[in-house]
Amino acid sequence: MSNTVMDKPPVNSPLPPTTLKQPRLPRWAPVGIALVSVGLGVGLGLVAGWESRVQWGLIAALLYLLITYVLTTTIEGKRQAKDRFATSLVWTSFLVAIVPLASLIWETIARGSKVVDGYFLTHSMFGVPNMSEGGGIYHALIGTLQQVGIATLISAPIGLLTAIYLVEYGTGKLAKAVTFFVDVMTGIPSIVAGLFVLSFWIIILDFGYSGFAGAMALSILMMPIVVRSTEEMLKLVPNELREASYALGVPKWRTILKVVLPTAIGGITTGVMLAVARIAGETAPVMLLVFGSPSINTNPFEGEQSSLPYYIFEQWGAGNDPSYDRAWGAALVLIALVMILNLAARGIARWKAPKTGR
Amino acid sequence: MAKRIDVSGLTAFYGSHRAIDDISMTVEPRSVTAFIGPSGCGKSTYLRTLNRMHEVTPGGRVEGKVMLDGESLYGPGVDPVAVRRTIGMVFQRPNPFPTMSIYDNVAAGLKLNGLTKKSELDTVVERSLRGANLWNEVKDRLNKPGSGLSGGQQQRLCIARAIAVEPQVLLMDEPCSALDPISTLAIEDLIGELKDQFTIVIVTHNMQQAARVSDRTAFFNLAAIGQPGKLIEIDDTERIFSNPSVQATEDYISGRFG
Repeated sequence: MSNTVMDKPPVNSPLPPTTLKQPRLPRWAPVGIALVSVGLGVGLGLVAGWESRVQWGLIAALLYLLITYVLTTTIEGKRQAKDRFATSLVWTSFLVAIVPLASLIWETIARGSKVVDGYFLTHSMFGVPNMSEGGGIYHALIGTLQQVGIATLISAPIGLLTAIYLVEYGTGKLAKAVTFFVDVMTGIPSIVAGLFVLSFWIIILDFGYSGFAGAMALSILMMPIVVRSTEEMLKLVPNELREASYALGVPKWRTILKVVLPTAIGGITTGVMLAVARIAGETAPVMLLVFGSPSINTNPFEGEQSSLPYYIFEQWGAGNDPSYDRAWGAALVLIALVMILNLAARGIARWKAPKTGR
Repeated sequence: MAKRIDVSGLTAFYGSHRAIDDISMTVEPRSVTAFIGPSGCGKSTYLRTLNRMHEVTPGGRVEGKVMLDGESLYGPGVDPVAVRRTIGMVFQRPNPFPTMSIYDNVAAGLKLNGLTKKSELDTVVERSLRGANLWNEVKDRLNKPGSGLSGGQQQRLCIARAIAVEPQVLLMDEPCSALDPISTLAIEDLIGELKDQFTIVIVTHNMQQAARVSDRTAFFNLAAIGQPGKLIEIDDTERIFSNPSVQATEDYISGRFG
């Protein structure tokens, strides 16, 4: 019994000796580095006399990434350096992405809030010359609400039923063809949809310009979005729920109506609202089909109307200070409208979503 | 209430793939019949052919005869919806409807079939929940969502939902495989009580469970992966577990195979 095992030389492992404790940067390090690099960026910009703030920001961002990487490599090691580098890259990208969005909203609120008041919301542009103050968006607001409302009434049911067909019934060639054409429709430019309705409804069938004609073009744009989002939501409903319902002796149509749709209703509502938000900002079909009008027309089926995007286009084109102000005001109202719709959709989605609480 | 099932020459396909081949057996009323066998031998597929759930799967197709007290399930003019109303099913994973409360889950089968009178619904819901041994645990929170219950409670909720429509036959596809031993015991006790009223067919991977709850046991096997599953034998449970007539059955239940 010799002690051969003990006599063996220790194995030369390529791995470093295992210690659990390693030097770490303090918790405030990322914030500190960010402050330092912003300071450096601003300082450099001032010293060199660069005018552009964008340049300052980019230099600060690059410095931040560089300092983080170098500092962590020397103190914490390679792996941690990569980790921190990736984290700071994510943060920097997030900030870069948020800048245009925030400045857009800031600009619109700053310029638009000057003109938006009760008078602006309740009066039309009838008899108001472009270069003078006053006037409002009441006619455009009515136009937008009516056109978008009619477009939603047309395309939401058709889109919903199409999606139900594709997910629950469709098999084989017809379903494939429908999916293909829905994909193609998603890519239709709004001006093409407008031209189609113009040539069909106004030139061939000889109807006049109206909000309804615009709504038809808008519904062409909206339908594929509704189909796509509803389809995805219906696919998320587990098959087990459908089978559970069939096993109770419930017919397929009732299963879809009472089990599948309620389970997916939150996502479907959100999808429809996103589609509404998308078409609320369309200008081209309105220019072609609704024609624009400075006076109030509450009948969407006859005569010219206006809409918020068209109003913005028109006022900006007028080219003087009061009309610029009105354009910004209308832009603010449009953004607020879309945002309210989105919030409402989220509220409905949360209220209707499957409940998991005890 | 309970009815007899006679199966003869039943073959089921997924597209062109033959999943089970030429199965014939009789399921006695007011008894528990257990299906055992290795994974992939077609037990669940066979179970699903018994209430026409197999054809819900894309490509699912059946040949052969299934008779419920002399009435063919696959005959011309037979409505699969009516078949499923007569032959209920409980699935492997508890699947209460997530948008519905406990009450609505149990009442779902009746409500979706058009019964809406509140007083009648109340009676059926209480009777079904008592029948599934769940009433005492949930009677104070009938309006809470069903998905908030524990796994075992959810499975008993699904059983209550299945028996609420008063089927003739209850098919159970590994109802305890996702449950702990205590919930399993609760469900096995429940099966023992339910067999006074229903014909019960249960698929299980748990040999002891088959021995505990069933009156008759059917053993399924397949020759090789990709081959269709076959019924090897069906006999009284006691006989299958003590003195089966086929060697393969004995090998399987005693753990000697391969």
